[in-house]
Amino acid sequence: MELIIDGIKKAILLLVTFDREVLGITWLSLKVSGLATFISLFIGISLGTGVALTRFPGRRLVVSIINTGMGVPPVVVGLLVTIFLWRNGPFGMLELLYTPTAIVIAQAVIATPIVAGFSLASIQKLPEALRLQILALGATRLQMIWMLIKEAKLPLLAAAMAGFGGVISEVGASIMVGGNIMGYTRVLTTATVMETGRGNFDVAIALGVILLMVTFCINAVLTWIQQRERPR
Amino acid sequence: MKMRNVSSVWILALCVAALFMSSPADAAEQKNLILATTTSTQDSGLLDMLVPLFEKKTGYFVKTIAVGSGQAMAMGSKGEADVLLVHSPAAEKKFMAEGNGVNRKLVMHNDFIIVGPSADPAGIKGMKSAAEAFQKIAAKGAVFMSRGDNSGTHAKEKDIWKAAGINPEGQKYYQQTGLGMGQTLNVASEKRTYTLTDRGTYLSLKKNLGLNILVEGDKVLLNIYHVIDVNPAKFPKVNAPAAKAFADFMVSREVQGIIAKFGVDKYGSPLFFPDAGKPEFD
Repeated sequence: MELIIDGIKKAILLLVTFDREVLGITWLSLKVSGLATFISLFIGISLGTGVALTRFPGRRLVVSIINTGMGVPPVVVGLLVTIFLWRNGPFGMLELLYTPTAIVIAQAVIATPIVAGFSLASIQKLPEALRLQILALGATRLQMIWMLIKEAKLPLLAAAMAGFGGVISEVGASIMVGGNIMGYTRVLTTATVMETGRGNFDVAIALGVILLMVTFCINAVLTWIQQRERPR
Repeated sequence: MKMRNVSSVWILALCVAALFMSSPADAAEQKNLILATTTSTQDSGLLDMLVPLFEKKTGYFVKTIAVGSGQAMAMGSKGEADVLLVHSPAAEKKFMAEGNGVNRKLVMHNDFIIVGPSADPAGIKGMKSAAEAFQKIAAKGAVFMSRGDNSGTHAKEKDIWKAAGINPEGQKYYQQTGLGMGQTLNVASEKRTYTLTDRGTYLSLKKNLGLNILVEGDKVLLNIYHVIDVNPAKFPKVNAPAAKAFADFMVSREVQGIIAKFGVDKYGSPLFFPDAGKPEFD
């Protein structure tokens, strides 16, 4: 119990003293996971909306694959991305393994099915009549899709939160493709694992507290956007 | 109007993405050195001291990947690391025999110890032979927590079981964590079991552990670290000059001096003993 209180004290101390290393780690976590979420929103919403609005043979299989993808263990994604990025692997010439970019790639792969699954469900749930109505009013197909996405704003922001929450708290893939290199690819979660291994439990808890605070702030902003009254 | 809004949002997003992507790529291309090493060198804090010094001296950027010795050598045998700092002599010899490495150099040693709860249910405290202590643990059925991760420590532990003439696999008293040394010590402490650990990691975690040193000083408990360059003739993508620079750095007089003093201020005794240039232990 004492350890947890020590950890919280330590977290506050690290933050108010602007500890360079901790701030760097926190900023990298935000940067990497924010960017990965951005990419996954782009791909995931496009994919989810596309599948939701079209009918084609094998569609159920695709939906099942997306839904399965929502639960793929990050460490499996990490292993696959590592094998692809190895020097002697198919993308070895890019020299991306053990870089922040590698973590972004792995996290984007993890978050994309989550965002796609949420998008698919929320767009598909909109009444069929709405689409016809929008088209009947003379909207182009792209305009219609944009209207639908706006209509599904609430669940889509939930998708963003789920995607971001999934990747910023993820450790297996980040440690594997990033390597937890000090000052370069060390993020909040990998640093927490390392400090636990070193027996610095107070620092580990402090990092955990900082991670929670950061995630809370991001989610608070997204929730505020989500719950805001629509201007009429 | 609405549509223009949409596209501007996406364009903005892509710009932000491009901005973020550009920064990591700045790190110099040929300057990278991948050091695959054991968790003990990182968890003890030794590398945090040596790596920045090496980077400052040579301008190389070191990517330290701290895994077990087994995984480090697996990376080396695929050409996915440039230089190894490992402590699993038998596996290292196999690694060299297969032509995966060149210039294996002795760097330092410390020792392994058998730790356990103060109650010491198997009564091994003060025993001189590690193998006999293992026999006693097995005979009493007292639980032994193994790393089980093909690390150097795990390899040493298997050697001792072999010397004791016991195959513990599948026995009720033999449990495996599959975790690093620090985590395994925590588990052993929490479950009040015996385990084998390197002295460095034990000393750095001691304050949080309910474990005591029970057996030490046996010759078989020596923990020897070597640095190995991955063979550039076999793996052309290896950064051979950087690997050689790191190996030379580790055995240099200056670094050996740092190793000799490392940990003295914090633990009252050094965590590692420098051995560069000395004859091999076996």
